[in-house]
Amino acid sequence: MQSWIPFLPESASTLSGRVDALYFYLSGVTLFFTILISGVLIFFVIKYRRRSPFEIPRPIAGSHKLETLWSIIPFLIAMSFFVWGTRVYFAQYRVPKDGIEVYVVAKQWMWKFQHSTGQREINELHVPVGRKVKLIMATEDVIHDLFVPAFRIKADVVPGKYVTEWFEATKPGRYHLFCAEYCGMNHSGMGGWVIVMEPTDFDNWLSGNANQQSASSAGQQLYQSMGCASCHGANAEGGRGPALQGVFNSQTQLNNGQVVKADENYLRESIINPQAKIVSGFGPIMPSFQGQVTEEQLLQLTAYVRSLSAISRPATNAAPPATAAPVATPQR
Amino acid sequence: MTESHIATEHAAGHPALQHHFENMEQQREAGTLGMWVFLVTEIMFFGGMFLAYMLFRSAYPGAFVAGSNHLDINLGAINTGVLIVSSLTMALAVYSTQVGQRGMAVVFLIATMVLGLTFLGIKSVEYRDKYRDSLVPGRLIPGRPFHPAVQEHGAPNDPHKLHLPEGESVKHVELFYWIYFALTGVHALHMIIGIGLLSFMLYFSLRGRYSPEYHAPIEISGLYWHFVDIVWIFLFPLLYLLGRHLEHGG
Amino acid sequence: MGTFTKPTAPRVNYINAEHGLKSWLLTKDHKRIALLYLGSISFFFFIGSLYAIAIRLELLTPQGDLVQSSTYNKMFTQHGIIMVFFFLIPSIPATLGNFLVPMMIGAKDLAFPRLNLLSWYIYIAGGLITIYALLAGGVDTGWTFYTPYSTTFSNSYVVATGLGIFINGFSSILTGLNFIVTIHTMRAPGMTWYRLPLFIWAHYATSLVMVLGTPVIAITILLLAFERLAHVGIFDPALGGDPVLFQHLFWFYSHPAVYIMVLPSMGVVSELIANFSRKNIFGYKFVAFSSLAIAVFGFLVWGHHLFVASQSVYAGMIFSFLSFAVAIPSAIKVFNWTATLYRGSISWDTPMLYALGFIGLFTVGGMTGLFLASLAVDVHVSDTYFIVAHFHFIMVGGALFGYLGGLHYWWPKISGRMYPEGWGRFSALIVFVGFNLTFLPQFVLGYLGMPRRYHVYPPEFQVLHVLSTAGASILGVGLLIPLFYLIWTLRYGPVAEANPWHLPGLEWRTSSPPPTENFESTPIVTWEAYEFAPVEELKVIGKFRPEAEKA
Repeated sequence: MQSWIPFLPESASTLSGRVDALYFYLSGVTLFFTILISGVLIFFVIKYRRRSPFEIPRPIAGSHKLETLWSIIPFLIAMSFFVWGTRVYFAQYRVPKDGIEVYVVAKQWMWKFQHSTGQREINELHVPVGRKVKLIMATEDVIHDLFVPAFRIKADVVPGKYVTEWFEATKPGRYHLFCAEYCGMNHSGMGGWVIVMEPTDFDNWLSGNANQQSASSAGQQLYQSMGCASCHGANAEGGRGPALQGVFNSQTQLNNGQVVKADENYLRESIINPQAKIVSGFGPIMPSFQGQVTEEQLLQLTAYVRSLSAISRPATNAAPPATAAPVATPQR
Repeated sequence: MTESHIATEHAAGHPALQHHFENMEQQREAGTLGMWVFLVTEIMFFGGMFLAYMLFRSAYPGAFVAGSNHLDINLGAINTGVLIVSSLTMALAVYSTQVGQRGMAVVFLIATMVLGLTFLGIKSVEYRDKYRDSLVPGRLIPGRPFHPAVQEHGAPNDPHKLHLPEGESVKHVELFYWIYFALTGVHALHMIIGIGLLSFMLYFSLRGRYSPEYHAPIEISGLYWHFVDIVWIFLFPLLYLLGRHLEHGG
Repeated sequence: MGTFTKPTAPRVNYINAEHGLKSWLLTKDHKRIALLYLGSISFFFFIGSLYAIAIRLELLTPQGDLVQSSTYNKMFTQHGIIMVFFFLIPSIPATLGNFLVPMMIGAKDLAFPRLNLLSWYIYIAGGLITIYALLAGGVDTGWTFYTPYSTTFSNSYVVATGLGIFINGFSSILTGLNFIVTIHTMRAPGMTWYRLPLFIWAHYATSLVMVLGTPVIAITILLLAFERLAHVGIFDPALGGDPVLFQHLFWFYSHPAVYIMVLPSMGVVSELIANFSRKNIFGYKFVAFSSLAIAVFGFLVWGHHLFVASQSVYAGMIFSFLSFAVAIPSAIKVFNWTATLYRGSISWDTPMLYALGFIGLFTVGGMTGLFLASLAVDVHVSDTYFIVAHFHFIMVGGALFGYLGGLHYWWPKISGRMYPEGWGRFSALIVFVGFNLTFLPQFVLGYLGMPRRYHVYPPEFQVLHVLSTAGASILGVGLLIPLFYLIWTLRYGPVAEANPWHLPGLEWRTSSPPPTENFESTPIVTWEAYEFAPVEELKVIGKFRPEAEKA
């Protein structure tokens, strides 16, 4: 930090500049009005101070013109904040399709990261500069919140579902990682560092930690050991349950006629609460796995199902997914 | 409100006029408005639970239907009838007081209270059935956790067993029963308070305190009683009926 | 301020009308109940302040060297619970409101005096249970009680504290109900709606929020307690519930609760601005209806507490829009207050200093609210010290400044004694400086990324924390001064006239302190709100009116 009192945190993501720009606009406008109001207030208080205990000023009833004016002008200014803020917000929470994926499991009081290539870290996250990074997050206990001030991103990790958050770092360095949602005794200790590296350094780092099992292959083992294969097929080709190959991110027809996108949250729900959305053509026969799999194992199972899509549809990846993706309804 | 009007009223000085009111009209207005405002807070109080019901009903429709179907619709329907009649007798009690028929008012007040107690009696029978079938959620009753016997496929029909469609989670039925007990429990508590209120009204009616000139307390108690009835009118279809329609229609 | 008259022979007033502890504990007089409340909320404010001091001391250093993490977590939780539920929410309505609502509309008492006394007992019961929970071991969930931490993971006295808050809620409901009915049905002849002082409009709007919002938090806390005790639940995902539902229900009350705290304060400030510049308020109807608009809109913006809680982006967008909309009525108030000063005759007495301080601080609080309503910035600053600073500007800069201003303004009416003006001005200045030094650095801290509820923090934040703690100690001293001199005046203060400020309001047209039924006879209102007569005339209205009536 250069100055004695810093006024801005480091700016190290593609979003942080956009958030700062809005922050400066807000600060400028509100400072102007705060100074204007205080100035007028102080001016009046001095100029019209009581000079004799007997003076009674002439009453002024009010003015509809003025009231309209000072309702509409603040409203218009507020709308400019609204539009700008919402646009950047959509950029913050609209997760891009491409990019590196990292699975995150939060628990009291640590952050566990697993790269899609298998590397695991605790309270430290290594990422390359200039690449989009997508965090797929789950919590094993209470609500946590992954906050990186330098990237201007923050999202609550709510139990019972996956939350995704993304960023693209713009300069190498070590940046604070905080838990921003109060989570119990050691809340303030639940933090660490995001380490942004040059792509080559990052590749070196990856290969230096390569001897760990990837999430999807761990998921594959779980798939076999938990008996998923007995209904979904030894290679997830389908059986009493729907095939899982090519399911991920496809449009899936349900037995109530609805079509849903089979994203991470859908896969998670289908394991935890299988009755909620049943694929058309299948019966409600799958038992719930709630309480039998940890959040980490769920992420691994999800990763496995995702990896099946990558294998089965290498060619369709280039085509627009919405039209090219097959409706995953195996016929019986 | 003119000055002379106030002066005459004060001069009249009904014995039930409290010192800080100008006249009986003002006192009655204040009491009635107070009860209406209170009922608005009551709506908000139940509102939180209704919201929870709606959310989880749409999240777990199957489990909610299963839970709803296990409720005793006959007892529920009888209770609905009992409460509707009690609203009628309550209204008649107010009317009788207004026209000065104190004897009739007492009779109708007693009838209302008896009907209220009948409702609570039938409700407790229903609660006992739920207890017997281990349908009381969580650890509300120590030593008797939520653990219903589930009807097996193809086995002879047993009304004490929960008919759970294949794959539905018992956990979500438990959620239904928690919302059921929370809503009906709070409603029953309101009934008990209502009966307590009416017993005061009965006592004062017997002592001849109310007259065509002064009967605001009975009116206000009536408002409360009707409100509690209306809440049940919402609870009955939401808890007992909607599931049946879905199961047979869908 | 005029010269003091010599102490006159003690007249029968509400304080000396009856004697003995019983006459206070069983009183149905709204003024005595207001004093009961005044004593009890001051007690809770004192406790809450002790926690604040401990928190600021701990944060002097980045390490957690003063207390353990678990203790720190209990301290900020209990600071929040006591200040919000047992000081801020009842502060102005239950004391100044209780004392003044009947007097300002020309009534003898509130519509339901027994309910009024009951509401104090309920408050005390809730307070005692909460204090029991604190003594037994405390609670560490944060005042927000977020699930599933509060239902399943916290190992502290959540249920007892929840019970205290649940019970206390009914005191708030009864107060609101009493005000609504009183204002509707008990206005004196001639006191039309548009002749009501703006203090009354503000209390009417506050009461609406109390009556509509409080039952929702009551049922929410009840469900939370059952979930914790009996393992039945709608909030814990392990039971099939939804933890975000809790946040929706919680903020459906707790956001409007902010308006319970600040609307009465706005009412006080409207009184002070008009009366201490001897002007009718600029745009009376706009100020009056903006209170109602705030109360109504306040119920539609709870979702802005969930911008980062995995709410859908479209819900976020709608709540952001509505949050900007609710800022407009507040802005209208600030502009109208400022315009009222134009060509006024502005006195610089203590209450006015607090009112002017309120406008400045509330403006900062409101403006920083715009940052939080802007979705993208909120993502960065939510759950940081930016939020902490923002809501302290609203709750302390807003609610507390209004409360202190009002307390000084009506002190002669309440106690029959004048406070020392010099000390008053001095402490107002100290409080203002201390407050700003405490909380302005926290805005910077927040944007830098310092999360709230952190016991241990990275060393680069220390400078700003030290500034904040320095400010807090100044603020603490500033708040102790009025405590001492107000108690001192009860015995040694100069006796106040009936109308020491020479104002036209109804409450100044009766003796100080007023008689039990407020007026010798029911007043008949023939003047508009803030209609100033020549000072010579105003000087005597309070003093001679009762005698004139008798004669």
